Amino acid sequence: MIYLDNVAGTKPDARVVEKMLPFYTEHYGNPSAHFYPIGREAFEAMEAARGEVASFINAKAEEIVFTSCGTESNNLAVKGFLKNPKNSGKHIIISEIEHFSVDTTVTKLINDGYQITKLKVDDSGLVNPDDLKKAIRKDTALVSIQHTNPEIGTIQYTDKLGAVCREAGVTFHVDAVAAAGFSELDVKALNCDMLSIASQNFYGPRGAAALYIRDGVKVSGLMDGGHQERGYRSGTENVPAIVGMGEAARIAKAEMGVWVPELVRLQKQLWDGLGGMFDFLHFTGNKDRRRPGHVSFWIEYIEGESLLMWLSLKGFACASGSACSSNILADDEEDLAASYVLTAVGVPSDICAGSLGMSMSKYNTQDDIDNVLKVMPETVQRLCEMSPMYNRK
Amino acid sequence: MAKGPYSDKVMDHFMNPRNMGEISDANGIGEVGNPACGDVMKIFLKINDDQVCEDVKFKTFGCGAAIASSSMATELMIGKKVEELLALTNQAIVDALDGLPPAKIHCSVMAEEAIEEALKNYFKSKGQDPAIVDEMKAKIKKEN
Ligand code: FES
Repeated sequence: MIYLDNVAGTKPDARVVEKMLPFYTEHYGNPSAHFYPIGREAFEAMEAARGEVASFINAKAEEIVFTSCGTESNNLAVKGFLKNPKNSGKHIIISEIEHFSVDTTVTKLINDGYQITKLKVDDSGLVNPDDLKKAIRKDTALVSIQHTNPEIGTIQYTDKLGAVCREAGVTFHVDAVAAAGFSELDVKALNCDMLSIASQNFYGPRGAAALYIRDGVKVSGLMDGGHQERGYRSGTENVPAIVGMGEAARIAKAEMGVWVPELVRLQKQLWDGLGGMFDFLHFTGNKDRRRPGHVSFWIEYIEGESLLMWLSLKGFACASGSACSSNILADDEEDLAASYVLTAVGVPSDICAGSLGMSMSKYNTQDDIDNVLKVMPETVQRLCEMSPMYNRK
Repeated sequence: MAKGPYSDKVMDHFMNPRNMGEISDANGIGEVGNPACGDVMKIFLKINDDQVCEDVKFKTFGCGAAIASSSMATELMIGKKVEELLALTNQAIVDALDGLPPAKIHCSVMAEEAIEEALKNYFKSKGQDPAIVDEMKAKIKKEN
């Protein structure tokens, strides 16, 4: 199988897995148990991982809070920040293409008396920093705008958005889950106060993620208990996964310079190849500011799920932004709404059904891309023949 | 291999759709769209003088379940009388496919509706009032 759904999670690096294993078999102590060796070993390894993650994003170790996943980091950033009595203001600004874990979280806060502004994006998915400036009010408590959109690959002008927030004195959270390992992340250059990353998106294991909280920013924990992670997140730490995340951060910092240019090269090939194939294929997202190795598009006359299924039968694992498949295990069709991200960038909602995403990792090769480009014409042709819309051309 | 969300029958009809295409001299054509997902299904019928469905073909812009539902529907239709076509429910299609995920049941409803539309078009082409289809459907529902 050729794996092209790396926004959904990458294959862990073998060095990461190797580094994790002893923390299941030997150093299985609880890091809160400081008075015997296996507890202390676990603690020290966790703190070393914290250092690696911090240095990966140019932060200090004490600014890193480990969580279990990107969703938890985003929840902690938004709700934990608003929960802290030091922070006031009842207005929150996000973009209209945030991940569910920000969008849903913020939308639910309306019930608690918060007002939400969802900034519009242009047809390539970009938020205009001037729009942000205009949207900030006296009572704006928090701005949360993602760095990279997983569905359409667009990379925001995060540093500029951050500068606007700094100037206005508003706290700025960045969901960088789809960016880590693919774009350089420097919390200082990005002018952010909080930043979420998840280990599984940069060749680390599932089950470990982090929230950067800039020194001085006040956030309250969402879980009560034994005061782990300095109270930001009570609960026994997932030491093996955290150790794995540290190793993944170390590797990414050292080796991104090698794999990113290669991903950019392969992406260009895939983009140009697909673009030249059909005049009824439309790319989504920004061509220049996009996640390395990420190509997303929709095809007229063809529905996304059928394309996804055919590609899967031919051995390619891709992502669909399709209404029809995104929530196939849902209880009813109400949950099959068209992707709000695609609607936001102006793709007609009856067509959003056709969207497909291919996102590469450092493990993808030239052969993989050649193969995709080889099977696409026959697959698309087959589905076109089946489509009642195709002949109307 | 791990099983996906669809039954083997659905996958079979998705990969090898039966009766896909168009009938150039069809005497009943029905097209329906699903506003929820934007999908479209078109059915072409050839009904002979004995009111028997001699041939049927489909074209579908839709998900795997929609393609499999239309393909299965055509298999269940060939050789059937008009009343039998009207009695063909989406549930019968779902059963014949060994089930569909709950969120995908509406895709089979689209097939039932497309058949209905095609039959209305057939009666119209014969100079009859297409409303007869609704009456017949209502009668069948009552009887069951
Ligand atoms: S036909 Fe649209 S989800 Fe199946």
